[in-house]
Amino acid sequence: MIEARELTKRYGDKTVVDALSFTVKPGEVTGFLGPNGAGKSTTMRMIVGLDAPTGGSVTVNGRSYAQHTAPLHEIGSLLEAKSVHPGRSAFHHLMALAYTHGIPRRRVDEVIELAGLTSVAGKRVGAFSLGMGQRLGIAAALLGDPAIVMLDEPVNGLDPEGVLWVRKLLRSLADEGRAVMLSSHLMSETAMIADHLVIIGRGRLLADTTVDDFTREASGGGVKVASAEAGRLRSLLAGPDVTISSSSAEELLVTGRDARQIGRIAAEHGVALYELTPQTVSLEAAFMDLTRDVVEYQSHPVEAERKAA
Amino acid sequence: MTVTELSPTRAGTRAYKVTGPRVLRAEWAKFWSLRSSWITLGVAVVLLVALGAIASATYSPDATAQGGPPGPGSGEQDAVSLALLGVTFASLALGVLGVLLSAGEYTTGMIRSTLTAVPRRLPVLWSKAAVIGPITLVLATLGALAAFQLGTLGLDGERIALSLGDDGVLRSLAGAGLYLALVAVAGVALGVLLRSSAGAIAVLVGVLLILPGLASLLPESLYDTVSPYFPSNAGSAMYTLHQSSDALSPGAGLAVFAGWVALTLAAAAWRLRKSDA
Repeated sequence: MIEARELTKRYGDKTVVDALSFTVKPGEVTGFLGPNGAGKSTTMRMIVGLDAPTGGSVTVNGRSYAQHTAPLHEIGSLLEAKSVHPGRSAFHHLMALAYTHGIPRRRVDEVIELAGLTSVAGKRVGAFSLGMGQRLGIAAALLGDPAIVMLDEPVNGLDPEGVLWVRKLLRSLADEGRAVMLSSHLMSETAMIADHLVIIGRGRLLADTTVDDFTREASGGGVKVASAEAGRLRSLLAGPDVTISSSSAEELLVTGRDARQIGRIAAEHGVALYELTPQTVSLEAAFMDLTRDVVEYQSHPVEAERKAA
Repeated sequence: MTVTELSPTRAGTRAYKVTGPRVLRAEWAKFWSLRSSWITLGVAVVLLVALGAIASATYSPDATAQGGPPGPGSGEQDAVSLALLGVTFASLALGVLGVLLSAGEYTTGMIRSTLTAVPRRLPVLWSKAAVIGPITLVLATLGALAAFQLGTLGLDGERIALSLGDDGVLRSLAGAGLYLALVAVAGVALGVLLRSSAGAIAVLVGVLLILPGLASLLPESLYDTVSPYFPSNAGSAMYTLHQSSDALSPGAGLAVFAGWVALTLAAAAWRLRKSDA
């Protein structure tokens, strides 16, 4: 369990993480989302004690990270991909970390195999591709058999097979009762893996929700109905909490009733429908909507640029 | 911590614990698993032995007037100063070795892995010093002995020839080994303090080679008072056979030089503890 309370980090007068509170619970995959520069990596660095918070606190399994006698057993982390000396082999890198905790060589071989690095374990890490580097980082995160696994952008640079592997791995880790936290700036990717979402922008908490709730809210765009008898259908569907708008003589946009209800009502009254479409907003669009005001590096729409010129 | 009980695969992991000896073991493994360690160490030993042996082999009594290299002694050559001609060069190589061991972790990003495994941080610094110190002490002392022994072949029959058993010879050779080991430790400390290989090497070269020359611009009375306490001069007092009148005694030289190294280590420890990695 990771608990952040009012966690704050300032560099000079720039506040990177701003009074952030959230919890990462065991048995769940928590997606940590935000646009680039939102403060995700800084937050993760504070969790494992690499950066000291300016204010607030964060604990790992009830204590600050540095107070644990076997920190790699509490939380395994993958930070920026290259936290490795390029001149050392993958095996020696993992072995060096293992020695600090008295982790046996058997476990090192285990995580090398788990990460699919057996054939390259003796190779210098400098010769690794981005994807192999990520696999090594994940192997290092799992080395101490940790109760919490925290990965910063784990699928960066992985091929489709690797992405699938990470997805399955994280799911199984959560199913074993471990807490899993992964950061990403891709909503659609995260929604496929995560149960819980912590969304931040400019260091502040924007949403602390479940993927199901977020998806439900994102799809709250109403139902598009088309019928030759749109006027009659409109009165049939009317009711409290139901709003209906129309953009043409034959189309209605209904909110407050789902497609199932609308279809049933239309059938009961013999109204023929030729379109019945729930209006879904994509998760990515919903995410961008949420973070629009806090995007650090805003790109301007091409259209606007052209008009301005 | 309730999770520990949830997962059967986590049995038998209770022995996992960070201890001082384990961090030392890890740093030992890290040192030897880099090719650059072997190369730099090899270069240092070769420089130490070969330069000493060559200087002794090419020695001729008539050429003494033009003076020796910067470094040991008062300009007058003896069998020990010839054998230890390579110390200055070996000290650079070993200083760089120390810098690579510590600053190399910052330039590559390895430090994040290291400090995540050992979040108390200071054991990492002590262990790096404790690994590189003894390794370089043993190799540099053996190198100095080898240089001297090879040198005696070249100096056979010369007036200045000495043997190991002569007064102060062993002390000087051991002093050279100790000096070189301390330089390597200073390299580790500088690397942690400055977090940049280039910066730390520049400071090391500046202090050991350039500072003594620059300081001669000081007024003479001041120079005479402070120059024996410069790291390089205090260091060379450790391994010089015949002390010039203004130099420190070998023991005092050791104390002063070790003091400088301890000071650098303390500054490095402070930065390591206080700053974000």
